[in-house]
Amino acid sequence: MLTAPSLSYALLAPILIVLAGAVAGVLVEAFVSMVHRTAIQLTLSIGTLLLSLQQLWRIRDQSSTTAAVNSVTIDKAGIFLQATVILLALVAVLLIADLDNFVALASALPGSHEEQSSLREKSKQTEIFPLFLFAVAGMMLFPVATDLITLFVALEVFSLPLYLLAGLSRRRRLLSQESALKYFLLGAYASAFFLFGAAFLYGYAGTISLAGISAAAGGANDIFLLIGIIFVSVGLLFKISAVPFHSWTPDVYQGAPTPVTAFMAACTKVAAFGAILRIFYVGFAESQTIWRPIITAVAIITMLFGSLVAIAQRDVKRMLAYSSIAHAGFLLSGVVALNKDGLAASLFYLFAYGFATLGAFGIIALIRDSSGEVSDLNRWIGLGKKSPLIAATFSFLLLSFAGIPLTSGFVGKFAIFSAAYESGNIALVVVGVLASAIAAFFYIRVIIMMFFTDPVNDSVSVIIPSIKSRVSIIISAVISITLGIAPSLLLTTADNFANFIK
Amino acid sequence: MSIANYLYLSAILFTIGAIGVVVRRNAIVVFMCIELMLNAANLAFVTFARINGNLEGQVVAFFTMVVAACEVVVGLAIIVTIYRSRRSASVDDASLLKR
Repeated sequence: MLTAPSLSYALLAPILIVLAGAVAGVLVEAFVSMVHRTAIQLTLSIGTLLLSLQQLWRIRDQSSTTAAVNSVTIDKAGIFLQATVILLALVAVLLIADLDNFVALASALPGSHEEQSSLREKSKQTEIFPLFLFAVAGMMLFPVATDLITLFVALEVFSLPLYLLAGLSRRRRLLSQESALKYFLLGAYASAFFLFGAAFLYGYAGTISLAGISAAAGGANDIFLLIGIIFVSVGLLFKISAVPFHSWTPDVYQGAPTPVTAFMAACTKVAAFGAILRIFYVGFAESQTIWRPIITAVAIITMLFGSLVAIAQRDVKRMLAYSSIAHAGFLLSGVVALNKDGLAASLFYLFAYGFATLGAFGIIALIRDSSGEVSDLNRWIGLGKKSPLIAATFSFLLLSFAGIPLTSGFVGKFAIFSAAYESGNIALVVVGVLASAIAAFFYIRVIIMMFFTDPVNDSVSVIIPSIKSRVSIIISAVISITLGIAPSLLLTTADNFANFIK
Repeated sequence: MSIANYLYLSAILFTIGAIGVVVRRNAIVVFMCIELMLNAANLAFVTFARINGNLEGQVVAFFTMVVAACEVVVGLAIIVTIYRSRRSASVDDASLLKR
């Protein structure tokens, strides 16, 4: 006899609310007149996220492995990661709400009459909000998914909207479309690898649940397990842009509209690392002799490559892209640590890094000349004299990326490296500290350019930020400063929430 | 016929797809190669379902088909937009972003 699956709606509410908000957003697109859409969509998005956050707060002490049969596990770490995604999304939506960064009519050819008239009519592409909410829902599902098919579906649910969002820049549209194409083809390639690996894990364990895969470790046919772990890792390492699967990152970060880059850089990292931590800590914990050497090597290469190549960049968005590659390497140290401290440190690091990233890209969107954003570093020379406040905030966020003491980045790096040290990975810690030192060089070079070099041309200006951008940049900066000065509050929280149930 | 042969076939299809993505230049063909890889994974899932004697693998195959269909919608939208703006769907022509 068939039995109906039991879903505990209370535990799934945070995800379901965001999905419902996204569907409602699609309906708003269809039925509300153009004049009111922007305001309604923005209210709807913020309201949905706040409601979801409130539901998450309500279930903060609960845990269950059977929230959706055996496909979703709600536990402490999962709730922390979901809350991080929502908080980052709340700040990111304020950046995205500046719709003059987005194309007026995505289907119009660049330079065509259609495009001209859509610009004249001041039409706006408000589909961005539902796409954004779908991506957020996928990102919330990804770190709590505990079977292979839910993982795959969540991966696609948050990736597909991002592919589209990357192609919607208002200025330099060919560049933006090209970045969407690259992101899509390489992303789909990586998810095919993930799926093929998942098939072999299923073949090995006879079940698709992570707990089952963990329990089956040590059985016959080890080759299936090996193939499975490697291919699944390729798919996941692509999403966090670890070397050698990083090549899309600089292109997509540069080509995508800057608010989308901010959202993508911050939230994708949290979601993908959440899933990686759960898969490796829960699903592959018993087979650590297979994957730990591989992931250690990837972490070392990623840290060094990201830091070294960033030095050569002349474009600020590409520089931050390589810096995000380096940060993926630092975060992988937390995965390799495979202990409770590693998990707690990763949770703290993801939170701190996410807000610093949002703030940095939010500021990049403000530096413009007559034709749009200026991301060429040479034209940022002397910015500190023209708009000291903006330049000082950007410098502070860069110092946080570099991990200078009294910033959130320092606390995160310290926590993650000490966890890696505890687990006996001395080599990883040495390379990590070395890579941080190299990285500090190019961050500080930008600060010197802004403050201590005389300006050569005056065509670059800082636009007065709209109230929404201003709020989001201020929130990001304040959180980064607070976490640097008084990290213990969040560190304790992260420590309390660092627990995957199996 | 041994059931392992289906796994070999799946591995061969996956390899053809993976190599195709790297060597072919037309975005549509690259995309078809990715679809081939997804279907190779499906074949592996169904074969393992048979070997393991449970239905989970077959259920996964259904989900994969739906996800692949969604991917086609998004992918073709992006490729068609690119083609309309530059009259070419070659991935080599898309090189404005410096390498």
